[in-house]
Amino acid sequence: MSARAAGGRALHAVPESTTDKLTIAQAVRDAMAGEMERDERVLVLGEDVGVDGGVFRATEGLIERFGPQRVIDTPLAESSIIGMSIGLAATGFRPIAEIQFMGFVYPAVNQLFAHAARLRNRTRGNLSVPMVVRMPYGGGIHPPEHHSESYEAMFLNTPGIKVVVPSNPYDAKGLLTAAIRDPDPVLFMEPKRIYRAFREPVPRDGYTVPIGKAAIAREGEDVSLIAWGAMVRVCLDAAEVLTRSDVAAEVVDLRSLNPLDRETVLASVAKTGRAVVVHEAPRTAGFGAEIAAQIGEHALLQLEAPVRRVAGFDTVFPLARSEQYYLPSRERVIDAVQRVLSY
Amino acid sequence: MPRTRVYEAVTERLEILDVEGRVDQALMPALDAEALRGLYRDMVLMRNFDDKALKLQRQGRMGTWPPIKGQEAVQAGVARAMGEHDWLIPAFREHGVMALRGVPLHLIYAYWAGDERGSCYPEGVRCFPVAVPVGSQWQHGAGVGLSLKLSGEDAVAVTFGGDGSTSEGDFHEALNCAAVFGVKAVFVIQNNQWAISVPLHQQTATATLAQKAHAYGMPGIQVDGNDVLAVYVATREAIQRARRGDGPTLIEAVTYRLGDHTTADDASRYRPEGEVEAWEGRDPIQRLRRHLEGAGLWDESQEAVLQEEAHAWVESQVKAFEEMAPQEPEAIFSSMYAELPPHLVEQMNELLAEVRS
Repeated sequence: MSARAAGGRALHAVPESTTDKLTIAQAVRDAMAGEMERDERVLVLGEDVGVDGGVFRATEGLIERFGPQRVIDTPLAESSIIGMSIGLAATGFRPIAEIQFMGFVYPAVNQLFAHAARLRNRTRGNLSVPMVVRMPYGGGIHPPEHHSESYEAMFLNTPGIKVVVPSNPYDAKGLLTAAIRDPDPVLFMEPKRIYRAFREPVPRDGYTVPIGKAAIAREGEDVSLIAWGAMVRVCLDAAEVLTRSDVAAEVVDLRSLNPLDRETVLASVAKTGRAVVVHEAPRTAGFGAEIAAQIGEHALLQLEAPVRRVAGFDTVFPLARSEQYYLPSRERVIDAVQRVLSY
Repeated sequence: MPRTRVYEAVTERLEILDVEGRVDQALMPALDAEALRGLYRDMVLMRNFDDKALKLQRQGRMGTWPPIKGQEAVQAGVARAMGEHDWLIPAFREHGVMALRGVPLHLIYAYWAGDERGSCYPEGVRCFPVAVPVGSQWQHGAGVGLSLKLSGEDAVAVTFGGDGSTSEGDFHEALNCAAVFGVKAVFVIQNNQWAISVPLHQQTATATLAQKAHAYGMPGIQVDGNDVLAVYVATREAIQRARRGDGPTLIEAVTYRLGDHTTADDASRYRPEGEVEAWEGRDPIQRLRRHLEGAGLWDESQEAVLQEEAHAWVESQVKAFEEMAPQEPEAIFSSMYAELPPHLVEQMNELLAEVRS
């Protein structure tokens, strides 16, 4: 086991004078405002995104700044939000559609799967859908039913939609900016549990974080913790605790699930020989299974132990009073690490 | 506390040209002889290329084909009412209107034969690809209509769907949103009476489909869908209304699918005897021909020339379709994204290694 267990998260090196300390929610709004300023084709539409500023305030102030022609409160109709965005995107606009909670995306799935994901391919590039679909996802905020789901796996099994998940304010702005500029549909999953959990310096100017590149959120030599969104925080916490047992955990923040940065994952596993994948979605056929399969295909002989998954259970997401039993916790991650280390 | 009437509505039906070829002069649009012959020609060309597709399918040269026979008047009437820059958002039984809007017939054949390049239309053809999932395209029409409203462009989105698709939630959502936003759109239902085997009365309990417009707060009108003049007039009015910025319109064109749902269907399993024959008597093409002949605008020799022209055109399009070189295997990958991600490059190379070994 390595003695060097510090690691620590690499801070984004930006001069302080040109930054604001923002939360993830504020960084999301900052990205939209910046792109709306830069490109008049960019529109925001969804339920309560206008006057109310979004139920999480992620669109606060946009309607005052850009007007109701560009910040559009829609009827309560998820399929229309996506279906109309397809029509808008295919004819020259760059819609940012908001689905208020990922748990409510089902009515829009036909539009996303049957049309948004396929239009470029089925017209051999003649029409395309440069659209971003923002969706707060995941548990941990004790909400009513259907407000806590993580449905990334079904989108990852649908070719044609990129899937991006930030874990911090800097990436939130940079990834969302990249998503808005992307010529194809991008599902932008927002970890609502950490919308306001912490602030970070975020550059005022527009910048992109490339879609398809993972980040090493913390370096370590003993085990790779692979996660995205809110689970990156859980993994960082676990890594910190593990230093007390002289374990140096590396935390890989995938940031982009499709395309997946397999190289970064494999490089980390090659270094540590052990991997634990952590996600909120149910374990069976979750994205952790795919990552484990890819590690198995490409790095089997570098593994010292089987890849473990720490995931949501294969149950309905519980109501608020039981959600702590469901969500992967720091302790559950530490337990998984100890198991792969003692294998 | 009184009980009062808060809303009342009437739904109109428009007919101009009857089965005998007589027109209602008061409602007759200002179309000159050339324009009337043009509508007739449009429908004859459609009938010809539809017949040809069925023959090709039986010979194994075409995939599953949804025939448009009997529905030519809806398609010609709408197409000729549209302006140059208007968008067409079809469902999957709109080959006629698509062809009239500039989609080359050989590409329509290619699509239904199983080649994606059939949905890659030439520059300037403002048409969405065929939408198979049923009803989902209504939403795109609302979105394109919103796009045209926001951009201020002088164009309208014309969306098609069938009677069955009005039972889908997307129909309701799309028309509701279109009316709320006052988008520049016209929605055309081709009510051909049958959604595969399910007749209209099992699809809806309303007397008409047009009246559903009232629930969304937009005008709705029913037209005799086998009357190309009524379709033309109603569509032109609706497009002008949308163009003025006065919002969307729903048009229900009552027609009949003389053929099977597709070449994979056998409509004799579910349709009552005599129904097809009764509707054949209301054939949209014969109806306009009777009118043209009665007005001295058409004769046997012109008919012979037109049939010859139609035959030659269709054959040339079949030839163009059948002469398309097959797609390269990598084509299934190359348009998935603007830029091919590494995992797809890898999968494409796997396929190429397999097919070239």
